[in-house]
Parts: sequence; C-alpha cells; structure tokens
Amino acid sequence: MASPSTHTAPLLLGIALGGAIGALGRWGLTQWLPEASGIPWATLLANLSGCLAIACLPALALVRRRPVLAAALGPGLLGGFTTLSAYTAESRALIADGRIALAATYVALTVLGCVVAVLLGERLTGRSEDEAVAAGVVEP
Amino acid sequence: MTAALVALGAAFGAPLRYWLAQRLDDRFPLGIWLANVVGSTILGLLLGLDLGERPLALLGVGFCGAFTTFSTFAAQSVGLGRSRGTTYVLATVVVALCGCAAGYGIGALLA
Repeated sequence: MASPSTHTAPLLLGIALGGAIGALGRWGLTQWLPEASGIPWATLLANLSGCLAIACLPALALVRRRPVLAAALGPGLLGGFTTLSAYTAESRALIADGRIALAATYVALTVLGCVVAVLLGERLTGRSEDEAVAAGVVEP
Repeated sequence: MTAALVALGAAFGAPLRYWLAQRLDDRFPLGIWLANVVGSTILGLLLGLDLGERPLALLGVGFCGAFTTFSTFAAQSVGLGRSRGTTYVLATVVVALCGCAAGYGIGALLA
C-alpha cells in the first residue's frame, strides 16, 4: 500500500504514463519478434523479463523512497509491459487450432517461468514480496 | 498511429487495474484476479468480433494488455506461499482462459 501521505492523483498519473510506455515496449516486441513455431515468443519474453524486473525493483533505494516512482515503474511500466490477456488469448487460439500439447507447454512454461523469475529476482536482491508491496512496486 | 493507440489504451488500463487492486486486494488478491479475468474475457470478445487493426490496438493490445498483468500476478503468487499461491495461479489461469474462450465465442456469434 502506498503511504497515506501520498496523494492518489500523482500515483495514477505515474501509472498511466508508465503503463503506456510498458505497453508500447510489449507491442514493439511483438513487431520485432514474430511468432515462430507456434510459441508466442514476444509475450513470453515480456512476461518473463517483467517478472524478473519487478522482483528486483525494491532493491533500488530511489524506488523505496519515492512512492510515485515505485508506482510508475511497478504497477505502471512493468504492469503494462507484462500481460495476462494476450497470454490467455494466445493459449485459447492454440487450443482452438488443435495444438493442445503446444498450448499446454506455453501455459505451463509462462506460469512456471514467471514464478522462477520472481524467485530468482528475490534471491539476487535479497528482497521479498512483502518488501515489494511495502515499496508500492506490487499492488496493493 | 497504431503505437499511439496502444499507448492510449494502456494509459487507461493500467491505472484502472491499480484502482481495483487498492479497493479489492486483501489477503487474497481479488482486485488483480478480477482485472486479469475481466481483461482476458474482453480481449476474447474483441478478437471474436474481429474488429480490425486499430480498435484492437487501442482496446486489445493497449487497454486489455495493460489492465491485465503478469508481473504483479507472479509476485503475489510467490508471496502467498506454495499452497495458497498455487490456488491463486490456478484460479487465475483457468478462469481467465474460460472467460477468454467464452468472450471469443460470443464475439464470433455477434460478428
């Protein structure tokens, strides 16, 4: 939770700006890295790297000190960069195409990979999810 | 043009997700769960409707893309611990996938 002294409007603006930049990055990745052999590599890469990054954010002192920056980078930039809707839509399309094994691989690879990415980030920085919430990097 | 639409949609999706999380996330992250499920369902609907490139960039890639999130979702799953985290992951992925399929089906019927 953001500290009560921080007004909501600057947080929401920071998140809107960060989210816009993050979504652009994700979209750019899909343009640059086309789907190959059925696996949506761009979404997978965005989700894996975003999950690693969000676990590392609380290690930055500046992020811990500035709630607006924490909100702009966590729920904003990384929240907009990573996505669950494209992941489910891509999985649905693979299932509808009858590529069940590939869909199952993609579903599991993303979830397990992202959990491992968070654990790796926490291990590397020595920061827990509680600290990420306290810093305002992870909602709420 | 497409890039501007993606950014515009995301500028609404991301703060709306944050607002939901502030209101509903408690011991269980209901707000993020809801954002991920509803966003996936809307994206399914949009894809089923086959709206064309620009509306999809604004509402699909931008709004739904940023309204839903994997980074917070994964961090929360780890924070919840093995048992509750697994429940949260399954409840999100299974329901969001069903929502997306239902949305797609409805959209395809209406298109």
